[in-house]
Amino acid sequence: MDGVYLSIVLAPLVGALVAGLWGRQIGRRGAQSVTILGVGIAFGLSVWVFWAHVFGGAPVYNETVYTWLVSDGIRFEIGFLVDNLTALMMLVVTFVSLMVHIYTIGYMRDDPGYQRFFSYISLFTFAMLMLVMANNFLQLFFGWEAVGLVSYLLIGFWHQRPSAVHANLKAFIVNRVGDFGFILGIAALVLYTGTLDYAATFAQVEGLREAQVPLWAGYETSLLTLACILLFIGAMGKSAQVPLHVWLPDSMEGPTPISALIHAATMVTAGIFMVARLSPLFEASPTTLSVILIIGALSAFFMGLLGLVQHDIKRVVAFSTLSQLGYMTVALGASAYAAGLFHLMTHAFFKALLFLAAGSVIIAMHHEQDMRRMGGLWRVMPITYVTALIGALALIGFPGMSGFFSKDAIIEAVALSTLPGAGFAYVLILAGVFVTALYTFRMIFMVFHQPPGTRSTSSADDHHAQLASHDHTHDHHHAQPELRTPDAERVLRAPSHTPHESPPVVTIPLILLAIPSVLAGLVVGPLLFGDFFDGVLTVDPARDVLAQLGESYSGIGGFILHGLMMPPVWLALSGVALAWLLYLHRPHWPGVIAARLRWVQAVLLRQYGFDAFNAKVLAGGSVALGRLLWRVGDRTVIDGWLVNGSARSIGALAQRIRRLQSGYLYHYAFAMILGLLIFGLMLW
Amino acid sequence: MSEAVVLNLVLWLPVVGALLIPLLPRERDAPVYTLAFAVMLVQLLLVIWLFVRFESGVSGLQFATQIPWIAAWGVAYHIGLDGLNLLLVLLTALLGPLVVAGAVRTITHSVKLFYAMLLVLQFAMLGTFLAQNLFLFYLFWEAMLIPMFLIIGIWGGERRIYATVKFVLYTAFGSIFMLVAVIYLGLAAHAAQGAPSFAFSDLYALELALPVQTLLLLAFTLAFLIKIPSIPLHTWLPDAHVEAPSPGSVMLAGVLLKMGAYGFLKLGLPMLPEAAKLFTPVLMSLAVASIIYGALLAWVQDDIKKIVAYSSISHMGYVMLGLLSYELLGIQGAIMQMVSHGLISAGLFFMVGMLYERTHHRELAVFGGLAKWMPVYALFFMLLALASVGLPTTSGFTGEFLVLLGAFYGAWPAFVQGESHYALILASLAVLGVILGALYMLRLVRRLLFGPAQAPGGQPADLSRRERMILATLVLAIFTLGIYPKPFLHKTEQAALDYQRLLLEPTPAQEGL
Repeated sequence: MDGVYLSIVLAPLVGALVAGLWGRQIGRRGAQSVTILGVGIAFGLSVWVFWAHVFGGAPVYNETVYTWLVSDGIRFEIGFLVDNLTALMMLVVTFVSLMVHIYTIGYMRDDPGYQRFFSYISLFTFAMLMLVMANNFLQLFFGWEAVGLVSYLLIGFWHQRPSAVHANLKAFIVNRVGDFGFILGIAALVLYTGTLDYAATFAQVEGLREAQVPLWAGYETSLLTLACILLFIGAMGKSAQVPLHVWLPDSMEGPTPISALIHAATMVTAGIFMVARLSPLFEASPTTLSVILIIGALSAFFMGLLGLVQHDIKRVVAFSTLSQLGYMTVALGASAYAAGLFHLMTHAFFKALLFLAAGSVIIAMHHEQDMRRMGGLWRVMPITYVTALIGALALIGFPGMSGFFSKDAIIEAVALSTLPGAGFAYVLILAGVFVTALYTFRMIFMVFHQPPGTRSTSSADDHHAQLASHDHTHDHHHAQPELRTPDAERVLRAPSHTPHESPPVVTIPLILLAIPSVLAGLVVGPLLFGDFFDGVLTVDPARDVLAQLGESYSGIGGFILHGLMMPPVWLALSGVALAWLLYLHRPHWPGVIAARLRWVQAVLLRQYGFDAFNAKVLAGGSVALGRLLWRVGDRTVIDGWLVNGSARSIGALAQRIRRLQSGYLYHYAFAMILGLLIFGLMLW
Repeated sequence: MSEAVVLNLVLWLPVVGALLIPLLPRERDAPVYTLAFAVMLVQLLLVIWLFVRFESGVSGLQFATQIPWIAAWGVAYHIGLDGLNLLLVLLTALLGPLVVAGAVRTITHSVKLFYAMLLVLQFAMLGTFLAQNLFLFYLFWEAMLIPMFLIIGIWGGERRIYATVKFVLYTAFGSIFMLVAVIYLGLAAHAAQGAPSFAFSDLYALELALPVQTLLLLAFTLAFLIKIPSIPLHTWLPDAHVEAPSPGSVMLAGVLLKMGAYGFLKLGLPMLPEAAKLFTPVLMSLAVASIIYGALLAWVQDDIKKIVAYSSISHMGYVMLGLLSYELLGIQGAIMQMVSHGLISAGLFFMVGMLYERTHHRELAVFGGLAKWMPVYALFFMLLALASVGLPTTSGFTGEFLVLLGAFYGAWPAFVQGESHYALILASLAVLGVILGALYMLRLVRRLLFGPAQAPGGQPADLSRRERMILATLVLAIFTLGIYPKPFLHKTEQAALDYQRLLLEPTPAQEGL
């Protein structure tokens, strides 16, 4: 098996290197072929690995590939841990990646950075696989940083655009803030356990829990809780949880395929995966679980609300991703790790689908992303419409769709949870269901159904556009013509072109993603209530809410029937109904409501002021401190007073001393007598 | 035996090269740099051979030569390799040919003198690392100043005289105190053993009273902190870098800055262990303050060279932090961080120089979007910047990660026992450097490489083959140390362990108490 696992990881890496280093030589076709081949191999082998582990009963694989370093008794290694969780993640990552590779042929067709783009997304696939297959913290951190790096490169892919290079810098820095916690968390664990290996760390969880560390005078906490909270800060950075979520909306500056692959389906779920992978640690720290519950619930509800006021189609989907990541986080907090992972999987399919569908719309609209300029597209792009509708229904949790099962399981699990904060979380995520349906179908109706030209983008709405700090993706096409992407240039030359359905390289991935978006929910039984995650996830029996749910589980039909009687479905349907009312039936109402609740709208458009706070207080403060230290510390005190000052004072002193040598005998005689007197006084 | 001969050859080859240069024809430059390059390349190959032959797991010197020189003072010509200097010698030898190759277009006048000085500098730097006798060490230490002084003073920028004077005064100020300490140690060794000696091994065995140790440590610390440089003794560095020609900057950042840390490693800490322990909190605070101060100042600079210069102050803070952890991880990390910083800052200064040759500008404000015009330049700059940020698979990560782990290991016992939070807080603050490092480096990348393309005088040409070879060599070394550091750190492990023992084992004097 060694060879198989190594091939899965290395095939995309080889593709990335070939396309990246020799892109000019092998050309566009060469680059796309070699990277798709690499990812295709990884996908095919991942299917085989999944089959072998889940159905073939292959034993858990936990081996070292090579030893990076041995020092002070600590082994730093690169190694793979492959069990059912890894196999599932490998399947999801390589499948979505393959779809995105194919889709890219169509989406990036006219981009001069074609080979570079393929190189990056293959490199990303390699890094993400390294992350999920890690059997130790060192490699986890390697993968963690590597996916962050590729995300940075891809957000700034169109590096001539100032907004894109602002967004990628922001993403990197915010993730580094998360890494700050992550490194401290790993250090806290290694200090006690003396190992970076997962299994060896899990074996010492009791000791970690009992080890008390003095935080400050008179207050002690368990080392485990400290480490888990620090690790979770890392997860908050990567999985964009409040308040480290600020980078994800801006990451939409990158091309749409990577929004689907990295900023929806895979990388942003790394934090969720990490917590689930380390469930033996987190499970032993209920305090951390409560923190996770509350952070997740806040993200799930408040980030969803922001989706209601966005006009950029990609940003609506982005805020939806933030909200759904919140749901996954809540599941982790409620000890329903399997439900969180289940939602991770279904979300990967339907959110990648929604992003790629949005990309298809954007191509058809000639890189127009403002939903107010869209409408009636369902007629001209039937495949995109149907697949987007499937994605939307899955997202809102329409009964029978994949998202229904995973989201329902999370909500029910939180309802059963007895941890502090669970009640609060339950209310927020329930309300979030309504909000999700509202913004999702607002988008569907505005893009596909409203009569074209219903909504003017001027007047009151323009005011909002100015308020939104980064609603400028399309603005650049107008304001700074030299910064246009080549696609946009091509399109602007033919403004009268009417929208039409996208080519097969775009629609086939949509169809292939739509299938699991509908069907993936059917595995709910084995995944949540069966033995799929046995031996992988650790859950305290006293808190095992999924086991409680499982007692009443009686098959798919029963689950759906049960769901129909619960509030989430009805909240979702009323959200859809309200969206229909506001955006199709009475399209002038949203404007009226916005005018009445101007301050609410202002708060939402400013995204609760996180960006402003970060820019003014944190970044501004640090720069001011740096300037102050530069001007006062380096220039004035050290150079001014000490260095140049001492040179001046020595010069001045020398001037004085020189005057003593006056040449007059009585001066010298006086000095001698004075000296003798002082000497005599000292002796006496 | 033959290895010892080779090691001597390595040390003296540059001198032979420097003596041959005046014999070359006057009118053409090519033979001059060809000779210098050949000398450096042969030296590098010999060092690689020695590195391969170097046995791991063995304590003490290897390939040593010891010849009495001034017997009456106990001065001997005593050189050798051990785990502490092995990687630094390798680094110095690697940078040698690259600097010659990089200087070809930069240095256009007094060519012969320049390459002679470069070779003399190489000799003095290698001598400092290899010396196993304090007196010899001091001679090489001071000898380094002269060629560096001339390189900045003759081939430097507009304010080169101010920068050289500042550089020389700063270092001479530190050196005077160091000289006093060196003489005192020699006398003390004479008194203790009845025979004069400056051999490091004899000096390690000295048992000095704590007040004496403290005074000596202060003298050494002053000299070493200036060289590292640590705040508040760092202001010579940005000026020296800005005015130095780019080969000078490369040598300064790549090797010379390592001298201060190597001084602590080789003499300051192991010779005066009790005083060192007493002052560890102070020195550690300075190290962490340097990390943060350097990073914040790098963030607000507008001259690209100053950004890299201040980043050096920040990165060298990690070296000190690692050394002062007294943990194997920290010491190994410090050695790795020295080599890593040598490679990365050398690469960055090369790249700033390459840009300066094309545009005659170094201010960040006049550049933008170079990724469009110079994709190969952008690729290399990006790789070096990421290594500087400390991303995994680069040497920057290996060094920083080990240093931070070591710092936590060192701080942990006192924290858990509730004795002191101080070291742990310092270690945690040092992790802030991870965020700040990304801030200033990516700001530089963003302004220089991204955004709308602009440069003074229009589109600059992308890198030539010569320039690509220089940078590719450095990048290859950076990734090798990041992806597979084991073979390298394996060779230094025994020396680091012995060194740790010198620091931590109670001396007989203490046991008696």
